[in-house]
This record gives sequence, C-alpha cells and structure tokens, in this order.
Amino acid sequence: MDMPTPNPEVLAKKGRVVSRLRQVLPADAVISDEAETRAYECDALTAYRCPPLAAVLPASTEEVAAVLKICHDENVPVVPRGAGTSLAGGSMPTADSIILGVARMTEVLETDYENRFIRVQTGRTNLSVSGAVEEDGFFYAPDPSSQLACAIAGNIAMNSGGAHCLKYGVTTNNLMGVTMVTMDGEIMEIGGAHLDAGGLDLLGVICGSEGQLGVVTEATLRILHKPEGARPVLMGFDSNEVAGQCVSDIIKAGILPVAIEFMDRPCIRATEDFAKAGYPDCEALLIIEVEGSDQEIDAQLERILAIARTHNPVELRESSSTEESARIWLGRKSAFGAMGQINDYMCLDGTIPVSQLPYVLRRIGELSKDYGLDVGNVFHAGDGNMHPLILFDANKPGDLEKCEAFGADILRLCVEVGGCLTGEHGVGIEKRDLMVDQYAAADLDIQMAVKDVFDPKWLLNPAKVFPLQSSEPRRMAAE
Amino acid sequence: MMTPASEAETAEMVASTKSALLIQGGGTRNIGAQNIGTPFSTAALSGVRLYEPGALTIVAGAGTPMAEIEATLASESQRLAFEPVDHRGVLGTNGTPTIGGAVAANVSGPRRIQAGACRDSLLGVRFVDGAGRILKNGGRVMKNVTGYDLVKLMAGSWGTLGVLTEVSLKVQAIPEAAGTVTLRGLDATAATKAMSAALGSPYDVSGAAHLPVGKDGTAVTMIRVEGLETSVAYRTEKLKAMLASTGADIEITHDAATAAQAWAWVRDVTPFHNGAGDVWRISVKPTDGPQVVAAIEARAPGAQVIYDWGGGLIWVEVTADTDVRALVSQGHATLMRASDATKDRLGVFQPEPAPLAALSAGLRTKFDPRSILNPGLME
Repeated sequence: MDMPTPNPEVLAKKGRVVSRLRQVLPADAVISDEAETRAYECDALTAYRCPPLAAVLPASTEEVAAVLKICHDENVPVVPRGAGTSLAGGSMPTADSIILGVARMTEVLETDYENRFIRVQTGRTNLSVSGAVEEDGFFYAPDPSSQLACAIAGNIAMNSGGAHCLKYGVTTNNLMGVTMVTMDGEIMEIGGAHLDAGGLDLLGVICGSEGQLGVVTEATLRILHKPEGARPVLMGFDSNEVAGQCVSDIIKAGILPVAIEFMDRPCIRATEDFAKAGYPDCEALLIIEVEGSDQEIDAQLERILAIARTHNPVELRESSSTEESARIWLGRKSAFGAMGQINDYMCLDGTIPVSQLPYVLRRIGELSKDYGLDVGNVFHAGDGNMHPLILFDANKPGDLEKCEAFGADILRLCVEVGGCLTGEHGVGIEKRDLMVDQYAAADLDIQMAVKDVFDPKWLLNPAKVFPLQSSEPRRMAAE
Repeated sequence: MMTPASEAETAEMVASTKSALLIQGGGTRNIGAQNIGTPFSTAALSGVRLYEPGALTIVAGAGTPMAEIEATLASESQRLAFEPVDHRGVLGTNGTPTIGGAVAANVSGPRRIQAGACRDSLLGVRFVDGAGRILKNGGRVMKNVTGYDLVKLMAGSWGTLGVLTEVSLKVQAIPEAAGTVTLRGLDATAATKAMSAALGSPYDVSGAAHLPVGKDGTAVTMIRVEGLETSVAYRTEKLKAMLASTGADIEITHDAATAAQAWAWVRDVTPFHNGAGDVWRISVKPTDGPQVVAAIEARAPGAQVIYDWGGGLIWVEVTADTDVRALVSQGHATLMRASDATKDRLGVFQPEPAPLAALSAGLRTKFDPRSILNPGLME
C-alpha cells in the first residue's frame, strides 16, 4: 500500500509539537513514547501498520479544538480515531501524523424521549447508546456487527450500516445533528433536535466523509421505541438464483422485513463446522426477520412462507421460542468467526443491484477458481450489500497480494453491474485506489473540492478515500 | 427559456452562458425573492430510465413529471416513501411538479417522520455544475458509502450547486391498509404530547399532525399507521387505548379515500391555499412548537397554524410582513410565500451561523465559480 512520504519537517519538530500539545491537555492525554504509540499503529485492517508521531486523547470538544489549532498552526496531519475498528484502514496513521482519539469522550449529554433523540459524546460505543435508553424501551437503530466495540464517531465518519438497515436506514438517516471542530479549531453546531437543514445539507456531507472534513465530538441521534417482538425464519434453496428470486418476490409483495440475510454453500459449511447451528446443507440460505406483536409477526411470516414455498425450498424452519430464534441466528452471527477459524480472511463490502445477485455470485465462483482462493458469501440480501470473505494464508508469501487482487476484481465486478465499491465499511486506504473504477476524474475532483472548503491545508486524515495520484496536486499545493 | 434536450446539451448551455440562470423543474416552487436570470428548464430531461420493482429502485430524468413517476410506481403497487408535497396550491403557481424539483427542494410530506425525507430516499444524482461539467455521485444501490455523500448535499440545494439531470430513488411498496386515529378538541400542548406518545410507541406511526382548526371548525389531531390489515387494526386500537387518557373524543378511520384526502390536505397545506397572508414553514424540536406558535400569535393575532411531523413542522399563515423567524430560537424558518419586498427584507431562507455560512459559501464557489446558478436564492 503506497502512502505519501512523511513530511521531514514535521518529523523533525516532534518535540516542539508534543510540548505544545502538553500545554493544552493533561499529561496522560498525550502519548509520544514510541513503545506506546504503537498501540495506534493500525485499526482493524491489520495488514498495514505505521506508528503515528504521537497520539492524543482529549476529553472535551474544547480540548479537541485546542489540539486541532496547534496542529493546524504547525502543519501537522491529524488522523481522527473512534474505536479503531475500521476494516478499511480509515484510521490508519502516517508517520508524520497525530492520532486524535475520542475514546475518553463517552458521556450521554441529553436523553429526550418526547422528542425521540439522544445526544452523546462520540467516543461512546454504538451498543452503549442503545444501552442508555434500553430500560425505557428505546433503541438506536444502526447496528454494525462491531457494535459492541465501535464508536459513534467512527459510525458517523463511515456512515455505518448494519443488519437492520433495510427497515431503519443507516447512520445518515438516524443522525440529526453534530458538534464538529474543523481543522483550524473552530467549533460549530450543525443540525440538532429539529429535522432537516435550513440551508445546504452540510450534515449530509459530513456523515460518511471519513473524518476528512472535521472532527465530530458530539452527536444528536434519533432513537425509536423497540418493536414488541421479532422473529426470524430460515429457508434453504438449492440454487443462488432461486434464493435471489425469493428475496425479490418478498420485496415486491410489499412486505418489509427488518433483515434479509443470505449465506452461500461455502459459508454455510464453514459455519456448520464451527458453530453447529444445524443449518441445512444447501446452496443458499436465507434468514428473514420480521417485527411486531405476535399476531403481526404471524401475519407477515405467513405471507413470506407462502412466497418461499412457490420456490420449492429444501428447508423452511420457523421458530416458536427465543431459543429457536437464537439458533437460527447463531450460524449467521458466527460466520466471520467461522471463516477466521479456517484461515485469514479479507472481508469485502461491495453493493450490487439485487437483480444482479445470481450473476455476481456465479462470477465470484469463477474468479475463486482462477485465483485458487476460497471465498464464502454472507450478506444483507435485501439491499444488495455483499460481504464476500476471501480466505488466504497471511504467512504464505504472495497470498495477501493475490487475495487483494481477487478482492479488487470482485469490487470492479460490483461497479460493472451498477453497484459500488463499499456499502458500509468506507473507502479508507483499502479501496482508495479503486475509486477511479467507480468515478470519473471530474467526479473525484468535485469531492476533493469539498475537502478544499472544509480543510484547505489537507491535514485531516491524510491518504484516505482519494487515490494518491488524484489528490497529489492538492496536497502539494497545501504543503 | 432555455430547455436543453439532453444532459450533454445542458452542459453545453451552462458552460457557454454569460449570464445568470434561473433553474427550474416545473416552476412550481419559485420561492426566491428575485428570481433573476434566464429561465432554464429541465422539462425535456424527462422519462423513467430504469425501474426495478424487486430492487425498490427507480431512475428518472430530473424533468420527469411527478405524476408520471407516481403512475409508474403505482402500476407495481409502489410509491415514493417521502410523500412529496404539491406546492402549487399554497404558492399559487401553475406548472408541472417534477421529480428533480422535489429533490432540489428536498420536499417531504407527513411520512417524513417515519420513512425519512426526500434526501433519505435519494440514492444517486447526475448533475451539471456551474462550470458546465457533467458529474455524478452515489448510484442506484441502497447502501453506498463510496466517497463523499454529495447526494445529500444536492438534495435541498435548490439548484444553486448544479442542474440536476438524473436522479435515482429508493421506493417502497404501498401497504395494503392504512388507518387514522383522530382525536378531537386537544389544544396544541396536549396534541403535541399525544403525538409524542404515539411516535414514542412501538406502533410504527407514519403520520402525526394537528390542526387547531380542522375542517369542521374544531381542533383535530391525526395519527396514521400503515401496513398489513391485521397490523393496522391492531395498532390503531392500541393507540386509541393508549391515548384515552388525553380525554379527547377518539375515533378510528379505516376508509382509504377519506384518509388519503385528509393527509393530502395536511401535506399540501390546503387550508392556506388562496390566502392573502404570508406563509412560513418552520422546523423545530416538536415540544417547542406550542411556545413558538404562542409567540407568533402574540405578535400577529389571527395567525393560522398547521402542525405536521408530530409537531416538528409548523406551517403558519400570518399578516403580511411579520418577522416570524425572529421568534424561532432553535430550528429554522423559511418564508415560502410573501411579496418580493417582504422576501427581500426578511430573507427566504434561515441565515446560517457564521461558520456554517462560510462553509456554504465556500461550497457554492467550488460548485458554481461564476455564480450563475440561481444566484442569491439561498443567501
């Protein structure tokens, strides 16, 4: 992975920068010792590592602003970091950058059930946002699979999704307002407890900008009352095409499940070996979950099962208890762990129009043979967000590169059929160089022009999102 | 009037123009004070380009009439989730509302509180910026975080950042049933409480509006649920029981035609059609609504009010030239209908705090360096 050459001037003034940071932060909030900065050398994309110049852990918006002012003044790049769970290298440091972690900012600032929002500091984990309102029957809907660990800051940066976004939308659809600090240290409020923007929708472009426009320190999030209940159903089919058609028919019939999850045979077998959930040995498996009162769930499942039966399923499994529901979800929830048991894996995240599902799965199978690497598919079928898991051996020379080339081919395939490179993980460094496959030069230029406005010196989260070649003139001009 | 017949022609015309352009879809939402520039219509960029009912997606030229979009979707029992407002009545305009116009104005009706705004349904855009470049962002899939989200930025930018040429949207199935729980006689504070309770319940409310003066002269609060028939029957009964403590007279309506009419009445701000007063559209935290309205009534006796979005959206008709915005401390107010003189004096859009205004101005300069696209409209 190419990264820009660290700025020697910045490397040379580490001592001065660190001492200035110590003037505005408590002693234990500035980490500059080389052994300790190593804790921040990577996120969940562990194949790439680079310790930062230093790391800071501010405890308030004002401290974040003070840090950014100094870094702006000294021309030091800043890499914002939530919980470091990015699979795309979204918070991968450069050697000349300061990691700005929000891990100490975890407070709930306001809970308002009448107006249905919660305001939190963004270092708070996704699951603990729901945790704060759970006793009163409410929840925060976006549920990325890393929700136990991932921070709201990262969710906003990457516009994270989750299994239930078919019904509830992704982060951007549940984010009402933010407190943000721009690179020059200015604090601003955008949005709030009311709906929609009075002027341009700045909130909409900040969400998903991968920490390149500002550091979001506080967020107003929409909360909802929990449904009365939820119940999954499992169905197995002897071809991917038929499973795909079944998904399409359910959607067309006007039923909106909260989740439609799809697993293919390699993935089913791996999870069976690992989790022993008792899944049928078939080509394709769907888990569909609906919500409501018992009678509402019955009514929805009756329709769904009727549609499924017209596609001659090899298995239809309903649940009549919480335990049975848990068993239906067990394999799906263990899928990543199961694949990890077999080997190292790379998890992709392209999205395709659902009508292209059978073709794309067939092509992935062919590519798998060409590359000689196994791949399992598990994904959110209702919205076409695929998660192919490519297995490789990190200790085998050349295997990682082969895996990356295979992954790039799959993502290009997603774009080719009318989809995109990433549905919920973000571009980061991982998919940066593939952006030219989805966007023309002018399309990238207008996105970079947005960054010019928010961060004219191009100091925030360097080397992410845009191919280095595309961003070079701007980075050079800024230096 | 310039009416390009294709995206390429749109780009050529924008690139070669020497003066300002007044970008229009069907011209039904010309809310600007000045409306300066040569009218530039997207009407010929019309037609559904792709419709996949099984994927819940539609792609259409920006100038496609809304009626054509709705008819196409209805043929597969689908619809736009955000329930677009028809502004012709309240703004006293003629013309044909277009899908591009709805996107450019981020127009959302009562279902906004459940299904999101127009911007939340928008999956992708193609547009021509002020330099005449053809650009795209997003696409036609439901989950897409590839690069910056300019789709949201373009929604509600009122043509000031680019001329939309094509939009792709997520659609939804029309549920088999809808029911409305109607409460009579509540004042605004009690109505807001009732709507908050309904929206904070597990019953998936898709509309919550309050009319201090309903069609029959009494205060009416309406709460809507949609879904399978069994579901609607169950949820409306649950809501009725839950709201019994309000002391209001409560009835449940399942008649589809009556309900559709009542909700269209709220959506299109029908009580203010053909009125003489100014019309403001205010977005606030729902529980702030009654105080904001009380302040407006104190300043402008006789003000007429409609609450939508559970109280978070307030439509107000007041005596001409009243500065309603000054009474809204949190949220924002748009002056939708007034004389040009009043619009000049008070401004149509809510002024942004300085740091945000600087960012917005910076974005406009990048997207429209010559300041030719609806110049001044949003400032």
